[in-house]
Amino acid sequence: MSIEHNDVLLEMRNVHIEGFADEQWHPIIKGVDLTLKRGQVLGVIGESGAGKSTLGLAAMGFVRPGCRFTQGTVHFNGTELIALSETEKRAFWGTRIAYVAQSAAAAFNPAHRLIDQTCEATVRAGISSRDESRSDAIALYESLQLPDASNIGERYPHQVSGGQLQRVMTAMAMSSRPDLIIFDEPTTALDVTTQVEVLSAMRKIVEHYGAAAIYITHDLAVVAQMADDIKVLRYGEEVEEAETRVMLESPKEAYTRSLWSVRALEKTEEKGEDIVLSMQGIDAAYGSSKVLHNVSINLPRGKTVAVVGESGSGKSTAARVITGLLPPTAGTVQFNGEALPSGLKSRTQSQLQRIQMIYQMADTAMNPRQTVDEIIGRPLEFYLGLSGAAREQRVLELLTMIELDESFLDRYPSELSGGQKQRVCIARALAAEPDVIICDEVTSALDQIVQEGILQLLLRLQQEFGISYLFITHDIATVKAISDEIVVMYQGEVVEQGLKSDILSPPHPAYTELLLSSVPEMDPDWLSTLLKERA
Amino acid sequence: MNEAPESYAAAAEVAVVRKRRGRLERIWLALKKAPVSAWFGLIVLSAYIVVALFAPLLAPYGEAEIFPAPFGPWEEAHRFGTDQIGRDIFTRLIYGARNTMGIAFVTTLLSFAIGGGLGLVAAINRSWLDQILSRAVDVLMAIPSLIFALMLLSIFGSTVTSLIVIIAILDSTRVFRLTRAVAINVVVMDYVEAAKLRGEKIGWIMRREILPNIMPPLIAEFGLRFSFVFLTIAALSFLGVGIQPPTADWGSMVRENASLIQFAQYDIKAGLTPLLPAAAIALLTVAVNFVVDWFLHTSSGLKDEH
Amino acid sequence: MHPVLATILKRLGLGVATLFVVSAIIFSSISLLPGDFGEAVLGQAATTETVAAFRKELGLDKPAPVRYLDWVSSVLKGDFGTSFSGRAASGVDRSRSVAELIAPRLKNTLFLAGVTAIIAVPLALLIGLTAALYRNSLYDRGVNALTLTTISMPEFFVAYILILLLSSLWPVFPSLANVDASTEFGERLRRIALPAITLTLVIVAHMMRMTRAAIINLLASPYIEMALLKGASRSEVILKHALPNAWAPIATVIAFNLAYLVVGVVVVEVVFVYPGIGQLMVDSVTARDTPVVQACALIFASTYIVLNLIADVIGIVTNPRLLHPR
Repeated sequence: MSIEHNDVLLEMRNVHIEGFADEQWHPIIKGVDLTLKRGQVLGVIGESGAGKSTLGLAAMGFVRPGCRFTQGTVHFNGTELIALSETEKRAFWGTRIAYVAQSAAAAFNPAHRLIDQTCEATVRAGISSRDESRSDAIALYESLQLPDASNIGERYPHQVSGGQLQRVMTAMAMSSRPDLIIFDEPTTALDVTTQVEVLSAMRKIVEHYGAAAIYITHDLAVVAQMADDIKVLRYGEEVEEAETRVMLESPKEAYTRSLWSVRALEKTEEKGEDIVLSMQGIDAAYGSSKVLHNVSINLPRGKTVAVVGESGSGKSTAARVITGLLPPTAGTVQFNGEALPSGLKSRTQSQLQRIQMIYQMADTAMNPRQTVDEIIGRPLEFYLGLSGAAREQRVLELLTMIELDESFLDRYPSELSGGQKQRVCIARALAAEPDVIICDEVTSALDQIVQEGILQLLLRLQQEFGISYLFITHDIATVKAISDEIVVMYQGEVVEQGLKSDILSPPHPAYTELLLSSVPEMDPDWLSTLLKERA
Repeated sequence: MNEAPESYAAAAEVAVVRKRRGRLERIWLALKKAPVSAWFGLIVLSAYIVVALFAPLLAPYGEAEIFPAPFGPWEEAHRFGTDQIGRDIFTRLIYGARNTMGIAFVTTLLSFAIGGGLGLVAAINRSWLDQILSRAVDVLMAIPSLIFALMLLSIFGSTVTSLIVIIAILDSTRVFRLTRAVAINVVVMDYVEAAKLRGEKIGWIMRREILPNIMPPLIAEFGLRFSFVFLTIAALSFLGVGIQPPTADWGSMVRENASLIQFAQYDIKAGLTPLLPAAAIALLTVAVNFVVDWFLHTSSGLKDEH
Repeated sequence: MHPVLATILKRLGLGVATLFVVSAIIFSSISLLPGDFGEAVLGQAATTETVAAFRKELGLDKPAPVRYLDWVSSVLKGDFGTSFSGRAASGVDRSRSVAELIAPRLKNTLFLAGVTAIIAVPLALLIGLTAALYRNSLYDRGVNALTLTTISMPEFFVAYILILLLSSLWPVFPSLANVDASTEFGERLRRIALPAITLTLVIVAHMMRMTRAAIINLLASPYIEMALLKGASRSEVILKHALPNAWAPIATVIAFNLAYLVVGVVVVEVVFVYPGIGQLMVDSVTARDTPVVQACALIFASTYIVLNLIADVIGIVTNPRLLHPR
C-alpha cells in the first residue's frame, strides 16, 4: 500500500438520493461527501439501512430503479456524471469504473460462458481485441489463483462454486483495467475459510494494477484488510472518516466503536457436570444423502454449548434431530437421562415444553397475522393452561424480562424492529418455562449493537433461570461472547468438543486451525501475517 | 451522532408503527386512497348486486311475460323493445342479473369449497394424497374447460344443477392449484414449524397459522374466478347449452336477439339491442377486474416496479 | 444420457400418459349416458330389436376395457365411429362417419386459427416487449388499460360490436363467414376477416399482458443490472442478456394463448356461422350426438396437450443449467 495518493479521481459533493416507497419519496443518502485519490482504497462501512450500497452505485452516477438523485455532484476524473445522459454514462461503466456485486451467483448471466462475460465490456469498448482480451482474462484468472485458469472461463456460472465466481467477477471488473472498482459486500455470502482466499486474491490484484477502489461492507475486520481509509455511514449520513489504523485504534465516535461491540463481550466459562441433553452416536439423512455421521454432543445444565461450523457442516440438522423434526437413522437423544422418542409426534407435551427453539430469521418465525400478545400468550395457554388475568399478568412479566413494555402487546411483527422481533421470539420460548433453548443463528441477521443486546439478554436469562443453551452459529466472536463449551463441526461430523479455552487455544486439529485462523481480526496486518504464515 | 452504546434500549429501537384503528375506519381510509378505477368498479358492482337482489321490485313486467309484438321497437312501454317472442327486454335484463350472477356466484362458492379445501389438505399433507390430487388436476387441466364442459353437458343435459356442478368441478382445479401453491409457501415458514414443535393439533395450525395468511390471495382469486365462471356460463348460454329458456339470462339473450343486428342501418336502436346484455356482461367483468386489481395492490403491499 | 434428452423424454412420457388418461375419460363419458339413450337417439318408435342392434353396433355388449382398446385402435387409424344423427326408428341408417364429418371442418378451423396466430403472435410479442421496455410510459399505461378492458369482454361481445360497425353500419366485411371447399383463397380471407379480427383482439390482449409481465420479471434479475453496469446499451441488454433467458417464458406464453385460441374459436365460429369444428361440436352437443362430441373433444384436448408439450420442450432445450450440466 505504498502508492502515492496525489491527484483526485473521484469527488462526490453533497450527494442526496431518495427512494420511492409507500407512495412517497424517502431520503436514503442525506448529503454525503467523498473524495478518492488515484490508487486509494476507501472502505465504506455501515449497518443495514445505512445506504452504503446506494452510495457505492452513486459513485458510478447510477441509481437503482425507484431511486433518484436530488442534489449534489459526482465528478469522476473531472467529468460530472449525474448530469450525463445514460448513453454518455455508459462510456464509463465497465471500462473506467467497474462494479463487483455481492451475490456472484445471481449477477452472472446463466446463459453465457464466464470468459465471454469477463471480456464483454472490454471488447465492446474496443480496448482490446477478442483474442487479446481472452488471453488477458486467463492471465487474470491465474493471478486470482483460480483452479484450471485456462479452462475455467469456458464454464457456465452454475458450474463453479461461489468463491470462484466471486473471483471471476473480480477478473471481470479488472479486465478493462479500470481506474475505479466498486466492491459491494463481495465476501458477505461466503464462508470464512473461502472469504480469506477471495480477500487475498482481490487485494493482490487491486494493488498490482494500482486501481482505486471503494470497498463496501458491514464487517470492520474485513475492510481493515483492504482499505487505506475508512468511512463510517449511518442512516445515509457520514459518521466519521479516518485512516484505517487510526479508526481502529481510536475512533472519534461512540457509534463506530459499537460496530465491533460483540467482540468486546466475553462470557467467563464454567464447567458443568450435570448433563441435561445429549446426542449419542447420531446418524441422520435427508432422503439418501447422509448429513450427520456419528454425532455426539453433551449439553451441561445451565451452560451454553456453541456449535460452530460453516454452511453444510450439519449444525442446523443436529438441531432438527433434537427437536424431533428429523428422526435420526441411528443413535439416541437423551434428555434428563431418559431417551427421547425420535419423532416429534411420539413425544409428550411436557417433553416438547422442556425444549424450545429460537430461529435465525425472526421475521419468518412469527405469524404476521398475530399480535405480540397472541404470540407470547399461546404457549402459556397451551402448556400451562393459563387464561384471563393470570395469562395477561404473565405476558406482561415476560415482556418486562425482554426489556419491552405493555405498549407492544397489540403490535404485529411488521411493527417491530429486527431486535425487538428476536426478543419476542425469546419471550415465546421463555413462556414455556423450558430447560433447554436451541438458538439457531439467532443473532446472524442483526446489526452488531442489536446482536450485543440480544446476547446480553440471553446471558442474563441464563443466570436468572438456569436455562441451558445449544447455540448454533458460524461466527467466532459470538461463540466467545456466549459459550462455556464449543463443538466444532465439519461436513456432518464433530471435529472436537471441549471447554471454550481448550478449543480456542492451540494445538488444534487441522480443520479447527483453518477455521479459527480464517476469522478476520481487527488488525490491518492480520491478512498479510496470515498469508505469510500459511505460505 | 454521539449516542453511547450503553444508552441502548430495546424498546427504543426504531420501528414503523401503524396507528391503531378500527376495521371500519381502516376500510374507509383504504377507500379514500383508492384510484378512480376501483371506485368505478365498486359502484358498478354494488349497482349490479342491488339490481340482482331486488329484481322483482325493479322490473316493470314478469320475467316470462309475453306481449303481442315480437321484436318490438324501443318505446315508452318497452324501454328496450321486445324480443323474438315478445318478452320485454328491459325486464329480462334485470332478471338476467339475478339469474346469471346468482348461478355464477353459487358455482364459484362450490368451486372454492372443493378446490380450496383439497388444496389446503394437499399443502399440509405432502404425501401420496398430494401426489394423487395434483396428478388428477394436471389431467383435468389438460382438457380445455369449455370443451370439457360442452362434452359433459352433452351427456348430463343442460340443467342448472348440472351446469353448476360441472363448471364448479372443472374450475376447482385452478382454485386447488392456487390454494396449494400459496399454502405451501406458508407451510414452510418457521412459525408453522414452531407451532408443530409446540405440539399444536393440525386443525389449529390450519385455522390459526395458515388460513389467515393465505386469505388475501384467495379473496382476490375469488373475484377473478367469479368473473371467469360468469364468462364461461355466459358463453355456454350463448352457445345454447347453458341456462335454458324461459329463464332470463344475458348469454342466451344475446343469441336470441342476434339477428336484430342486421337492421342497424335502418334502426340503430334495434341494432344495439343484442349488445345490451353483452355489454352488461362486459361491464361486470371489467368492474370485478378493477376491484381485484386494487385489492391485490393494497393487501399485498406489492407495487409494480418503477 | 445427456440430461436434456432425459428431461425431454420424461416430459414426452408424461405427455403421452396424459393423452392416454384424457382419452380414457372422454371414452368413458359414453358409458355415463343414461340407459335409455338408444331410444333417445332412435326415437320413441324404435323397436326393441333395432335398439338392441344399435347397442351391439356400439359394442355396449362387450366389457368396457375391450371397448376402450377397440376405440383407441380405430381412433389411431383415423376412424372415430359413426355419427348418431341420421339414425331413424325404422332402422334405416343414413348416418355418416364421424371422420368424414370432421375432416373438412377441421381444415376450416385450422385455417382460421392459423391466420389469427400469424397476425396475433408477432403483434402481441412486439407490443408486450415494447410495453415492458417503456414501462410506466404513456404508451404502456394506454396499452394496459386497453387490454385490461379487452380481456374482460366475452368474445361474442367483441364479435357483435365488430359486426355492428364493420358489417351493418359500414359494410366492409361480410357478417357471415360461410365458406365451402370451392371458395377461393382471397375470398376465403375476406370472409374470415371478422372472426379473425375478433380472435386477434382477444388473444393479443392476453398474450401482450403475459409477455410484458414475463419480460419485466426477467429485467429485475441482478445479472441485468450487472450488464447495465458493464456499459451495455438497452438493446444489448435485451437482445444479449434478457432474450437467451426469455425463450422458456415466451414459449409458455405463446402456447398458453394458442391453446386459448382453441377454445375461443368455438364461440367465434358460432357467432359467424363459420363451418368449423367448434360449431360442429356445439351442434352435436345440442343434438347429443356423442361420437362426434367425443371426437371433437379428443381433437381439442390433444391440440392443447401438444402445444403445452412443445412449450415445455422449448423451455428445456434453452435452459443453460440443463444444457451444460456440472
